[in-house]
Amino acid sequence: MMLLWLILVPAIGGLLAWPAERLRPSAARWISLASMVVDLLILLQIWQHHAGPIDITGGGRWVAMLNIPWIPQLGINITLGLDGLSLLLILLTIGLGFVSVVISWSEIGERVGAFHFNLLWTLAGTIGVFLALDLFLFFFAWEIMLVPMYFLIALWGHENRIYASIKFFLFTQGSGLLMLLAILALVLVHRRATGTLTFNYFQLLGTRMNPATEMWIMLGFFIAFIVKLPAVPFHTWLPDAHTEAPTAGSVILAGIMLKTGAYGLLRFVVPLFPLAAMRFAPIAMLLGVIGIIYGAVLAFGQTDMKRLVAYSSVSHLGFVLLGIFAWNTLALQGAVMQMLAHGVSTGALFITVGALQERLHTRDMRQMGGLWASLPRLSALGMFFAIASLGLPGLGNFIGEFLILLGTFRLHPVFAVIGALGVITAAAYSLILVQRAFHGPPRETMAAVPDLRMRHLAVMAALSVAIIGLGLYPQPIFDVAAGGLANLQSATHGVLTLAASDTGSKRAEGGSR
Amino acid sequence: MTTVPFGQLLILPVLLFALGVLGVLARRNLVFILMSIEIMLNAAGLVFIIAGARWGQADGQIMFLLVLTLAAAEVSIGLALIIRIRARLPSLDSDAANLLQG
Amino acid sequence: MMHALWLVPAFPLLGAAILMLSAGRLAPRAIALIAVLPCAASAIVAITIAIGFITAPPPGHAFSQILWQWVAIGGFDPAIGLYLDPLSLVMMLVVTVVGTLILLYATEFMAGDEGYNRFFAYMNLFVAAMLVLLLANDLLFLYVGWEGVGLCSYLLIGFWYQDAANGLAARKAFIVTRVGDTGLMIGLFVLFTHLGTLDIQPLMHRAVLAWPHGSNIASLAAALLLLGAIGKSAQLPLQTWLPDAMAGPTPVSALIHAATMVTAGVYLIARMHVLYALAPHVQMAVAAIGAATLFAAAVAALNQHDIKRILAYSTISQIGYMFLALGVGAESAAIFHFMAHAFFKALLFLAAGAITMRLEHHEHDIFRMGGLAKQLPVAFWSFLIGSASLAALPLVTAGFYSKEMILSETWAHGGAVPILWVAGVVTAFVTALYIFRAVFIVFFGEAKTPVVGHYGIRIMLPLTVLSVLAIVGGFVETPNGLGGVRLFSHFLSSVFGHVPLAASATETPLLVVASLVSLAGVALAWLLYLRPAPRFVAWAQTQAVVAWRNFFLSGWGFDWFYDRLIVQPFLYLVRINHSDVIDDVFTGIADGCRGLHGLLKQTQTGRIRWYAAWLAAGSIVTIAVAVIR
Repeated sequence: MMLLWLILVPAIGGLLAWPAERLRPSAARWISLASMVVDLLILLQIWQHHAGPIDITGGGRWVAMLNIPWIPQLGINITLGLDGLSLLLILLTIGLGFVSVVISWSEIGERVGAFHFNLLWTLAGTIGVFLALDLFLFFFAWEIMLVPMYFLIALWGHENRIYASIKFFLFTQGSGLLMLLAILALVLVHRRATGTLTFNYFQLLGTRMNPATEMWIMLGFFIAFIVKLPAVPFHTWLPDAHTEAPTAGSVILAGIMLKTGAYGLLRFVVPLFPLAAMRFAPIAMLLGVIGIIYGAVLAFGQTDMKRLVAYSSVSHLGFVLLGIFAWNTLALQGAVMQMLAHGVSTGALFITVGALQERLHTRDMRQMGGLWASLPRLSALGMFFAIASLGLPGLGNFIGEFLILLGTFRLHPVFAVIGALGVITAAAYSLILVQRAFHGPPRETMAAVPDLRMRHLAVMAALSVAIIGLGLYPQPIFDVAAGGLANLQSATHGVLTLAASDTGSKRAEGGSR
Repeated sequence: MTTVPFGQLLILPVLLFALGVLGVLARRNLVFILMSIEIMLNAAGLVFIIAGARWGQADGQIMFLLVLTLAAAEVSIGLALIIRIRARLPSLDSDAANLLQG
Repeated sequence: MMHALWLVPAFPLLGAAILMLSAGRLAPRAIALIAVLPCAASAIVAITIAIGFITAPPPGHAFSQILWQWVAIGGFDPAIGLYLDPLSLVMMLVVTVVGTLILLYATEFMAGDEGYNRFFAYMNLFVAAMLVLLLANDLLFLYVGWEGVGLCSYLLIGFWYQDAANGLAARKAFIVTRVGDTGLMIGLFVLFTHLGTLDIQPLMHRAVLAWPHGSNIASLAAALLLLGAIGKSAQLPLQTWLPDAMAGPTPVSALIHAATMVTAGVYLIARMHVLYALAPHVQMAVAAIGAATLFAAAVAALNQHDIKRILAYSTISQIGYMFLALGVGAESAAIFHFMAHAFFKALLFLAAGAITMRLEHHEHDIFRMGGLAKQLPVAFWSFLIGSASLAALPLVTAGFYSKEMILSETWAHGGAVPILWVAGVVTAFVTALYIFRAVFIVFFGEAKTPVVGHYGIRIMLPLTVLSVLAIVGGFVETPNGLGGVRLFSHFLSSVFGHVPLAASATETPLLVVASLVSLAGVALAWLLYLRPAPRFVAWAQTQAVVAWRNFFLSGWGFDWFYDRLIVQPFLYLVRINHSDVIDDVFTGIADGCRGLHGLLKQTQTGRIRWYAAWLAAGSIVTIAVAVIR
């Protein structure tokens, strides 16, 4: 039952925050903060007091489980499950949710209640996505997550917000439709094979189907998730959405929502369709590598600081895609680490840009320069996270990228080498950001702007500590993630080894003839 | 009592209906268009009566009564709309009322 | 005492952290104290450890200290740990001692700069990163230090950030070295994938067991590591960042060139020498790159005007000597030269800084100096001693012994080697020529720029100490003909297993040749630059010669070449794809929909009679179809 509360607390908090605005605008903010704290406490409570991992037959080990009937006629249940992977991602969600509320304190002045309602409902949907183990429920949470985000961009965004929000909505709804079709196809195929109608994840695992069907359904899921990730060539909604969203929206989009795509690939695409996914893996990895380089080159060419950061996300998530489809322990751990580190570092960069825009009323780097002189703290922190984002060893992003490339190198050295080149281009775009914004000759017009205040400074300091911690002492994260990844790998392991021995024996037969 | 053949009886309503359609298409004055619609309705009503007589059923006449009431309701709404349009656009030209074009 | 090893990198790191977090709220005096003390403390710890190490060597002549387990997944388990053996001990000593002297000098040199606090935060971080690099027991941890020094060099080269040119130089340094670093990273992938560990000592054992002499994988791994070393150590063809790195304050240059950063590549190859022994072709390539670089850079140095650029090219050239030594398997000679070079190059840079800080407008052009020997005697003597050591003037300088050791090892290596030896000897001549060209132009002749200010103790002391070291630092290792002291190579023998050369018949003639060429270089510089013959001056102004001089001035045109080959095409690509061509596909779909909409909306006229006509026509057609069928 505690798992359900993880979703309900932000949802209820949102419902309370909306009317609370009438009392006082800050009431909505305090309610949001409180619901994040309560959510965190619930998560820690579950984590601390779970009575040993729960074994699900054929489903691996889980920290907590919940199963309530919802629409039993159609085989739909409220099935929630928490393992190491979801735990880490929910932790990231709550952490960045907290940060988002804090940084919106001074930025959002209009319709404060409605803003926090949307913010909290997005977070609730995201947590639902990370917990849902019923495909229908998953789709439901997926949509819950997107609609409030649309409003966040469309109502509280910048100049070009309508265009960006509609683009965001069309891309995500289009991909959501594809996912719904794929879910229905999978469920129907499963019913034809076994005679039971169910949306349950564990029952759908290992559904027998012919290779062509498997490939088509897998592609449906795959495209739905890589639109969200995003991977080239479906990335183009991202720069617009990120650029136009309010700072908190950008932080949540980049920090958390992109991870739902990666989570979907990890949780659903590969375990549900192991054979098709592994046959498709080279193409997926190629897309990842293209994303790494292409995103970095585009990021380098931007003059809008927020767009630069947005394109850098494309590059970073390319690493994640690469790591997921390498599907070995090193690469998967790297992908998880990269997700967390990217959430922290890119979130912090968006906060930096937001703080700059609040002060300078522009995001155009051609109008910035020499900000170090007037904004030393903001500049130093901005530079720190730019350097984290280029993958400096000792910080979290490096661990992620290194492990992904190391894991990939065993399978596809060429992809790993090209991916490693992305590290050079990352240096190019990160340093050009630092140069254009913080270095260079100072501008007269920007001399009098105030530096970071306590609230922002505290948030940025916490994020800095997090990114250094991830870089120098990442083992606790790996230990937590290991359980979740073992679940996923054990789900595919049997099928893959069986297939490998099949082809092996066929090859042996072919050889003997 | 000589009976007129059923086929010939239908000539009149068809003519009336065609006149009504032509009136709707050709006239620009909204009042005339409304009158043309009435003619079409009456043509349809006539067909009901003829069909009722042909098969000796009362249903046709009942339907005609329905058409009559419908026509009355329609005229009241139509005239009300025309008066509003007259007030808004100082004209009864149907082509002037094209504000809903795409 | 050995267990205090972790303090050596921790002190400067702590200093950097304090300075960064204080964010400029400290008084300059306090900053200076926090800047120098941690480094001095780690120098003291390092010296104490060294004494302990020499008097009572730990078992196996190595000591390792695991601080914590960094990562442990799926058989990949690098730890954060330190490893001390004679090689890292020597490097550690040099880095901490020279680093402390440079920091002390910098507290006065940088006085009054508005970024005083920031400067020393970066400098301390720089020293800490270099110490991590040297002491790391695991290649992944080494990589942390490796990139760390890259980052600090970026920060310090671009320290005066208000000038965009400095920012460009800083980015260039970071990105060019990162090209090499990426090679190193891929090298780590190869090593781990094939040997299953990145812990340096087990790695070397496994490499010897797993790979036969000259195997392809060993060569590949060695070549990739070499790429990293080339980038960091500014060897051909990735040397272009170093001359531009002179944009930073002079103490930074001293630190980059003498103690940290550029010697990282030398250290890496020396550390991985077992791997290079397995890959003879790559080892030969190391020597060849070294030989090519040392000559090319020396020629470029001969044509520079900026005193710091002369020293920059000189560093590239001297690191080339170290690569040459590594390539012929004489690792201890390379490390010996590293040590001597650290002393005299730090001295030269600090002396150059002492000159420029006293000139009006901080003049860097040697042709606008002149006659400074009398006005700045301290700087003159320091620079002269540094130059003598760089030019390897016989018997009295550290540079002589280290360079001589490299040349005789190169000769003894045999095979196709005479060409390498010839390159070394010719360059020794050019080296003496270019550095004494600078000496004669700067310190003699007539004064051209007025001198202001004075020196404090914090400038004088480092110059004095380094002057002494630049002279006596060489006496720990002398050739057989000159006493045959072998302290240095004996000390390192547990690492490299390399025996010093036995006395041979060729030794004395080689020694004489090496001595003569450097003296000849000095003499020629005297003739050409102090008492130039009119014919020489006229010849130097002819068009062809000027063209060549400009070519060498630009460092053999590498920048031009890279600009055309890589930078411009990349920028062009970025420019044309600025707005993302893939997005055009999606906006294309949207535009298509809009176009279709435009067509269809033509039918919505708003005229009720049209609608009625369509209705009627549609009904007629429908009824007709129904009737006809």
